[in-house]
Amino acid sequence: MAKTYFTEDHEWLRVEGGVATVGITDYAQEQLGDLVFVELPELGKKLVKGDTAVVVESVKAASDVYAPVDGEVTEANTSLSSDPSLVNSAATSDGWLWKMRLADESQLEGLLDEAAYKAHIG
Amino acid sequence: MTGDDTKHLPLEDLHVAAGARFGAFAGWSMPLTYPAGVMKEHLHTREHAGLFDISHMKLFEISGSGTVALLNRACPLDAGALEISQSKYTFFLNEAAGILDDLIVTRLGQARFMVVANAGNAEADEKHLRALAMDFDAKVDALDRVFLAIQGPEAWAALSRGGIETGALLFMHGFEPRENWFMSRSGYTGEDGFEIGLPEADARNLVAKLLEDERVMWVGLAARDSLRLEAGLCLHGLDITPETDPASAGLMWAIPKEVRASSAFIGADALRSILERGPAQKRVGLKPEGRQPVRTGAALFDADGDPAGHVTSGGFGPSAAHPVAMGYVQTSLSKPGAKLFADVRGTKIPVDINPLPFTPHRYRKG
Repeated sequence: MAKTYFTEDHEWLRVEGGVATVGITDYAQEQLGDLVFVELPELGKKLVKGDTAVVVESVKAASDVYAPVDGEVTEANTSLSSDPSLVNSAATSDGWLWKMRLADESQLEGLLDEAAYKAHIG
Repeated sequence: MTGDDTKHLPLEDLHVAAGARFGAFAGWSMPLTYPAGVMKEHLHTREHAGLFDISHMKLFEISGSGTVALLNRACPLDAGALEISQSKYTFFLNEAAGILDDLIVTRLGQARFMVVANAGNAEADEKHLRALAMDFDAKVDALDRVFLAIQGPEAWAALSRGGIETGALLFMHGFEPRENWFMSRSGYTGEDGFEIGLPEADARNLVAKLLEDERVMWVGLAARDSLRLEAGLCLHGLDITPETDPASAGLMWAIPKEVRASSAFIGADALRSILERGPAQKRVGLKPEGRQPVRTGAALFDADGDPAGHVTSGGFGPSAAHPVAMGYVQTSLSKPGAKLFADVRGTKIPVDINPLPFTPHRYRKG
């Protein structure tokens, strides 16, 4: 069964079978405003926790989205190339950013659950 | 947002009630966006009417028999040639012809003018004006006003419904419709529109009336920036600075020929020599290929990979539906057709020189 984790940087991860789908939270998309471009990672790219994985660009500014854990990119949400506003309208579903095969599942233990994330954003 | 030197708009409570998200700009806490979001606010302005609180900008009234001479010294301007109610876009220049600020000057009477200055430069402008005024019979008054802009094709109709008739007023003209009011047909969006300086109590009444009209919505600073960028209008501090001059900035249209030849204004000699040898760089519109925005500070390169200039403003144009930018490039590369590349996080993005504006101006000139 899939389990969902959150980070203090306003990302969510849905983990199933050693693969995490990563996106930004609804709170984050609201803060960023209307997105006009998403720079997606290359397939096979090896990410280390804290690396910039994706850059999301609003009308006004570019913001980094960091790799929440170590792993290898297995898929990028290419529908965002034609419709980056999916991140605004469906941040936690169709607006996912990338999928990664986890290098070390024990890193998930350091992440937040939904209740802790909700407390974090207040 | 409190407890420091940040300045607050007199109507801040209205923006809070409207759900604005605030951010710092030029020492002010400003509404950046409202719940509609930058995209909708931008498009609404081009289709209907956007209401902007621009009270961070400063109005100066200058009066006295030496006012024309003072303005002719401070700006590359023939203030005496302006008809009453006529406005003119002009600058304060330094001795090197660098742009200290860009301004709109409106003639209110024989020896009375209104000067509208940018927020970030208001204090320096006031000092500069007061120092110059000592050599002339001229009085400088910094006015305490709320300043509103209503912009878009339905701005005039919304004002009319709110009891303010604008029929006779043409683009780049201004007058005083009521006591302590100043209204001009001007703006920073490329659309028809108006800017109104008025006392706070009057402003609260006007805002309430305007917002009853479904054609009018609050628009924040984020959309103000994307609107002006599409319209090819400069932001002082980015696109024009004390290190750039009107010739490099492509703003010589603002300086009448006879004025260029005179030595009345500060910076005249420097500007003349820049014009004689030709500016080394020129401001141009830039259209990045694809959807990825190219932003302030990005370096530009020519086809051989040699430095060609830099981007001064950039973002996404909601009406243009593609990224838009402007910047300075070497004069030899400043023509449409030049092949340029912008460095964005290590990737070279092809960029075309694009004529400005990106979206056609729709001013009401008569």
